[in-house]
Amino acid sequence: MVYDVAIIGAGVVGTLTARALSEYNYNVVILEKTSDVAMGTTKANSGIVHAGFDAKNGSLKAKLNVQGCNMMENLCKMLYVPYEKNGSLVVAFSENEIETIKELYNRGINNGVPDMEIIDQKKLREIEPNISENAVGALWAKSAGIVSPYELAIAAAECAVLNGVNFERNFAVNNITKKDDIFQLECKCGKKVEARVVINAAGLYADTIANIWNGEKFNIIPRLGEYGLLDRGCASLASHTIFQCPNEMGKGILVTPTAHHNILVGPSAVNVEEKDDLSVRVGALREVFSKANKSVPAVSMRDMITSFAGLRAHLDTDDFYIEPSKTDNAFINLIGIESPGLASSPAIAEYVKEMVLKVSPTDKKADWNPSRRKPVVFRELSKAEQESLIENNPDYAKIICRCETITEGEIRDAIRAPFGAIDVDGVKRRTRAGMGRCQGGFCGSKVMEILSEELGKPINEINKFGGNSDIIYERTK
Amino acid sequence: MIKELTCVACPLGCPLVATIENGEVVDVKGNTCKRGAEYAKTECTHPVRSLTTTAKVNGGSSYVVPVKSSVAMPKEKLFEAMKVINSTTIDAPVHIGDVVVSNILGLDVDIIATNEVK
Amino acid sequence: MSNTLNFDLVVVGGGPAGMAAALSARDNGIPEENIIILERAETLGGILEQCIHTGFGLHYFGEELSGPEYAHKFIEQVENTKIAVKTDTMVLNITDDNHVICSNKNDGLIEIKAKAIILAMGCRERPRGALDIAGSRPAGVMSAGAAQKFVNIDGYMPGKEVVILGSGDIGLIMARRMTLEGAKVKVVCEVMPYSGGLQRNIVQCLEDFDIPLRLSCTVIKVHGKERVEGVTIANVDEHMLPIPGTEEYIPCDTVLLSVGLIPENELSNQINLEMDPVTRGPKVNEMRETSHKGVFACGNVLQVHDLVDYVTLESQIAGKGAAQYINGVTAEKFAYCKGINGVRYTVPQKINIEQKEEVKIYFRVANVYKDKRIVVKLNDEVIIDKKKKKLAPGEMENVAIKPEILEKLKADDQIVVSIEEG
Repeated sequence: MVYDVAIIGAGVVGTLTARALSEYNYNVVILEKTSDVAMGTTKANSGIVHAGFDAKNGSLKAKLNVQGCNMMENLCKMLYVPYEKNGSLVVAFSENEIETIKELYNRGINNGVPDMEIIDQKKLREIEPNISENAVGALWAKSAGIVSPYELAIAAAECAVLNGVNFERNFAVNNITKKDDIFQLECKCGKKVEARVVINAAGLYADTIANIWNGEKFNIIPRLGEYGLLDRGCASLASHTIFQCPNEMGKGILVTPTAHHNILVGPSAVNVEEKDDLSVRVGALREVFSKANKSVPAVSMRDMITSFAGLRAHLDTDDFYIEPSKTDNAFINLIGIESPGLASSPAIAEYVKEMVLKVSPTDKKADWNPSRRKPVVFRELSKAEQESLIENNPDYAKIICRCETITEGEIRDAIRAPFGAIDVDGVKRRTRAGMGRCQGGFCGSKVMEILSEELGKPINEINKFGGNSDIIYERTK
Repeated sequence: MIKELTCVACPLGCPLVATIENGEVVDVKGNTCKRGAEYAKTECTHPVRSLTTTAKVNGGSSYVVPVKSSVAMPKEKLFEAMKVINSTTIDAPVHIGDVVVSNILGLDVDIIATNEVK
Repeated sequence: MSNTLNFDLVVVGGGPAGMAAALSARDNGIPEENIIILERAETLGGILEQCIHTGFGLHYFGEELSGPEYAHKFIEQVENTKIAVKTDTMVLNITDDNHVICSNKNDGLIEIKAKAIILAMGCRERPRGALDIAGSRPAGVMSAGAAQKFVNIDGYMPGKEVVILGSGDIGLIMARRMTLEGAKVKVVCEVMPYSGGLQRNIVQCLEDFDIPLRLSCTVIKVHGKERVEGVTIANVDEHMLPIPGTEEYIPCDTVLLSVGLIPENELSNQINLEMDPVTRGPKVNEMRETSHKGVFACGNVLQVHDLVDYVTLESQIAGKGAAQYINGVTAEKFAYCKGINGVRYTVPQKINIEQKEEVKIYFRVANVYKDKRIVVKLNDEVIIDKKKKKLAPGEMENVAIKPEILEKLKADDQIVVSIEEG
């Protein structure tokens, strides 16, 4: 079968684009190099829906960020994705920095950012009591929010699959040719997919994919960001996303609540060589926390429950590059989708959809479903709702992850869902089982048992995140 | 000859000083109980250890059952004993005290189950 | 709620602490049919089920038992009573008026109205995430306890070439266990200048198998993209920061962590129990009653114990306390206990001044000490002064406050335990 559209990459941009295209009469396939969605930049970032005052006036980043931020709340409601419009603060620690936030404010006005205000020390302490005493004022952007980035991609993928989009897991594109108006996309494993339009949403590897197709050169620099995540007991430390004044490497160290009420501290920003090395550097966390203490003195490594690193796909032009390839309009490159890529992603999906409609016009489907199954979140239900849920399915009465109160029913749902979880980390991202303070120490083996049962595989073939990420080996005897 | 040891007979872990003459322990100091003195004597002449591991269960509610040696066995025989136990299978149900391997390696030591398996 | 039950006593947790507490409440006059134990696992026994090594029960039973054998002695006793047991049952929350909401597949949600509650949820292992270990996050890093379950219960090997971080007893025990099952344990690293485990375990789990123990040394980086491929270890200075130039790469496919146990106090926090920042468990009086009337705590949820025998003894106190509470005995005025000068904490933290029976004060020390004295003062008067050849953080100590001293107690008296020069 020849697909109308093949999307390379199942990050938040690829999956939201697939969802947007699934509203039309296209046969769409997503080709994902790893075994799950949201495995690249989408998995490990700050989860911030930026308001849009950072990007240069007139840039694509500025335009799509403001649009995306505006779309995010409704989209998350529709897709049942944790989102909160908590507002962001860029904190100034000197009169000089007050000038900087005034510049940001003006840039925001020009970019079309709504609901901004420059506030003084008193107001700042009133809305964010744990802020440093040295903070003298802040730019308050009320339209900014926080979202669970991997859940947004998972939800978009589920919606896309419900609307007929196909997925190829473990499909690492390593050759692209074109014959009679049809692209041939070849996987490392030898598998082939054919499509009339190709969307290169390969994130960190978008330059490689562009180059494979027609030799065009882009230079994506992987920029490492290291984070520490705090126990939920620290939730009261910050209610807004707290930035320091930006510098040439980005928006600096932030302290923010996550959409799940942990406190996130980070990221560092350092250009690295390798695109697949997500190592936290020795000593990096101490540095991240010490910088974060400038804004919020009470954040402490003692409360850390996990740390991680992510890579941003930094393009040297410092703007998003979303254009058809120089040699073929039907090959669309999305390159340099770094921050504010998450905030922009709903708008990027629309933007790309319009490009596809131009190349290959078609009609809307009559029966498009913009939503997905509503996931059960047991811990958020009332006692009466919990009881009626259990009456229909006793699996919801068995708690598997006690830190986050996740039931067996929710885990089975996540595995059975369209494009469901097939490994332990997949279950974790979909249900939060293992995301709490014990980090899966207790529930990890139980999740493996359920995966083994649902997928009909021996338990020692259940791994952490695909590839050779085996958790256990052979029998002891 | 003087030899310093840590008693492993119980969790107290008393530091022992044994005096050895002609291959025999003639004096033990530092022990809090009789077992400490006995430990020092065997440890200096023919050290022994208890072995705890698991054995495969056939047709039971769990794949393995924990087992232990009925008494301590020569330290150097532990790995040989593991080989024997790992090639043994016991049929369910298993009860605490059931003999899984009797007289293992001819050492006058039995390997016995330490849990119930239905 | 449609599913409501009434019990005099609800015991949360069916490990050694919960079982001993329930049996003791029965022995102290609570009808056995009015007691229920709630256990989240499929069977009673708790963590002992996977602790297949011996060394349990020497104090309490006078014989050396394996974990399952020790547990079984209590399981048998519980099964021979009319004490109700619900396994596979998780407690979701406890209300202010001592109702316990729990859930399982057979009954769904249940609300149990209790006169008294004993918390016996045990403890959990500190995960990697809480440590400042750099590097990637591949498969093959797990807590020693998780590895213990895979090997001893499920019968699977979690790795072949192992580095263990932390020389707590579980780490030492797993070094031997993995070695016996054919794995190569390359090194055990301990960030402190001394081991947190028992000396006997260092001898019979490491020295017996020529496994090196590196003190003042830690894992600073994990290598490997999908599965662990190696670690970088380094020596640490007195602030426990890595010393540049001492790094060493060790190839391995598995990292086991034995870096501390944390009492499992989610429920305790839910009902806002007053907590001890050192034990990370609730503050209790001598009968192990918490700051919440009718809620007691015992075992590792209260303080991490070194020996299960002490868990049993402590839980018997809590069971007795709960029985007395149910029968109307309450305490109002207390003397307060604290540790200073090398004594990190005391359990109990306070003593009812009406108490007539001997009270043992348990504590742990902050460092390894040789030839010191344990001194206990009531206000300024020395009431206990005993010589101690050796004290170590890994071992729980105790002092007994005799009835003749208890008789003198007045409200708000201070009982202070300290380490003094020999």
